[in-house]
Amino acid sequence: MNRQKRRTGRRHPLATVALLAIGLVFTGGAYAALSAGTTAQAEADSTSQQTIEEGKKLFQANCATCHGLSAEGTDTGPSLVGVGAAAVDFQVGTGRMPMQMQGPQAQEKPVQFTDEQVKQLAYYVASLGPGPDIPDDHLVNGGGDAANGAELFRINCAMCHNVAGAGGALTEGKFAPPLTDVSGVHIYEAMVTGPQNMPVFNDLNISPEDKRDIITYLKYVQDNRSPGGFELGSLGPVAEGLFIWIFGLGAIVAITVWITAKSN
Amino acid sequence: MAQDDNSGAELAAADSSHAAHASDASPGTALIVQDAFENPGFPAHRPRVTDENPQREKRAQRTVYTLFYLSILGSLWAVAAYMLFPMESNNPGDVRLNNLFIGLGAALALLALGIGIVHWGKSVMEDVELVDERHPIGGSPETQAAAVKVFTDSDRESGFTRRSVIRNSLIGAIVVFPLPALVLFRGLAPQDQLPVPLLSHTMWRKGTRLALDPSGAPIKASDVTIGSAFHVIPEGLNDLEHGKLDEKAKAAVLLMRLEPSELNELPERKDWSYDGIVAYSKICTHVGCPVALYEQHTHHLLCPCHQSQFDVANHCEVIFGPAKRPLPQLPIAIDDEGYLIAQSDFTEPVGPSFWERH
Repeated sequence: MNRQKRRTGRRHPLATVALLAIGLVFTGGAYAALSAGTTAQAEADSTSQQTIEEGKKLFQANCATCHGLSAEGTDTGPSLVGVGAAAVDFQVGTGRMPMQMQGPQAQEKPVQFTDEQVKQLAYYVASLGPGPDIPDDHLVNGGGDAANGAELFRINCAMCHNVAGAGGALTEGKFAPPLTDVSGVHIYEAMVTGPQNMPVFNDLNISPEDKRDIITYLKYVQDNRSPGGFELGSLGPVAEGLFIWIFGLGAIVAITVWITAKSN
Repeated sequence: MAQDDNSGAELAAADSSHAAHASDASPGTALIVQDAFENPGFPAHRPRVTDENPQREKRAQRTVYTLFYLSILGSLWAVAAYMLFPMESNNPGDVRLNNLFIGLGAALALLALGIGIVHWGKSVMEDVELVDERHPIGGSPETQAAAVKVFTDSDRESGFTRRSVIRNSLIGAIVVFPLPALVLFRGLAPQDQLPVPLLSHTMWRKGTRLALDPSGAPIKASDVTIGSAFHVIPEGLNDLEHGKLDEKAKAAVLLMRLEPSELNELPERKDWSYDGIVAYSKICTHVGCPVALYEQHTHHLLCPCHQSQFDVANHCEVIFGPAKRPLPQLPIAIDDEGYLIAQSDFTEPVGPSFWERH
């Protein structure tokens, strides 16, 4: 009896350790949750003074040479007042800015900033004047009507970007880039801001839902292979003609040579 | 002097050689080639490996019938592929698999058959060389004379040369005969309308609202921000029951807004735009492709078919390419509610040249 009672009353030797561990996990977890909450808030809060300050520092260090100390524009770069967060997120987020060199158009290259820095830059520029904002996730996740998107794409986009989004040439060294591996957010931002020589497609021209449908169509083309077999770059008669003239005619010539050669 | 001597000697040598061969060369021949090319005849018959080595011959036979069996296999596979990869679902990927495997089977069947036949002929069939002498193309003098006689006799009997009025009227009748077929082409054009006015006018009228393609929603001037490009159809196009595509093909318009300061307008077209908003026909004046590759900073419009370029800032004049005329401009204004409307139809025919317009 006594012994049993003593046993029940006695704590396990590891109980203290367990308690300590539980306590640590709780505090740590709570801290992590809290701090994650605050950073998430800071990232999402486009008007937070801290974000804008960080963005301003980044801007003055990386962009001011061409765009001016307060983004008012210089001879070498346009004013960014009123271009909105979407324009910055597109240009910096795809690596087009900071620009490598002056040329017919800014080329894509590895992104120079972290996602957070891109957002900070974007919200700093957005704070200078009203402009299009970074779109909500539900508009860019590809959950729309691909058939409607395809029709709109053929009317508004396919003449430059190719009907399968393979891109195409423009005048004097400019080109419409392929859309085969562009994220939904960047496609949306390109439509609302009109980067480089691309025309602007504002929400009154193509509504946000229609833009979502266009992104859905492009995602569909990205995810589904062509039913016609080899796409050869989806470039149409140039690539297909080159292929058939070289390989098709080549095979015919080779067979002809074989038929007429004397057997050894 | 030495040179003179030399040339004298050469002449003398040439003279003597000429004299030596005078019998077998014409007097005009200056040089007689001594080593004339001799007909080498046919090359010696070279036996094939399959003629000399019975094992190789066996192997060639095996190859041939294996190819024919492969062909059978390919045909059967094409039948099996039709059943194994049906195009019954709505997934376009099925079409690819179906076509790919049926095609592979059919290609194997035909290729193996053809290669087998050629290989049979080349390495197993008897190897005998035959000479087929060419016969002269022209007939014998008697045949030729007979043919000429047929012609002269029939000419004499019919009087084809003598009776020139009959002959000429016959030629005239034959020439005129195809004319009805040419005239019948008129039937390809719409019957109740003349083709020229049809090509010269579009659906645009005074007051027609500019509407979005494809929804048909009217466009307000305030919707068109600077740098925008709108693909435009006339309002009411979607309500047409007949000829909707024909009308769209003529009336398609590209609407752009530029900085008014960048727009260099012709004096007589000053009121054709609205606050930097301009509307131009989308149909290329070269061969009628839709010109819609608009660059918002350079204001170039590029036609994708033959690379004609038009400068939107300078009343769409041609700056490059085979097009000869600028794109026709649609005069626009706004109505009481702020919607963009056409002031009139295009003032010139849109699109490529035709008989009455060039």
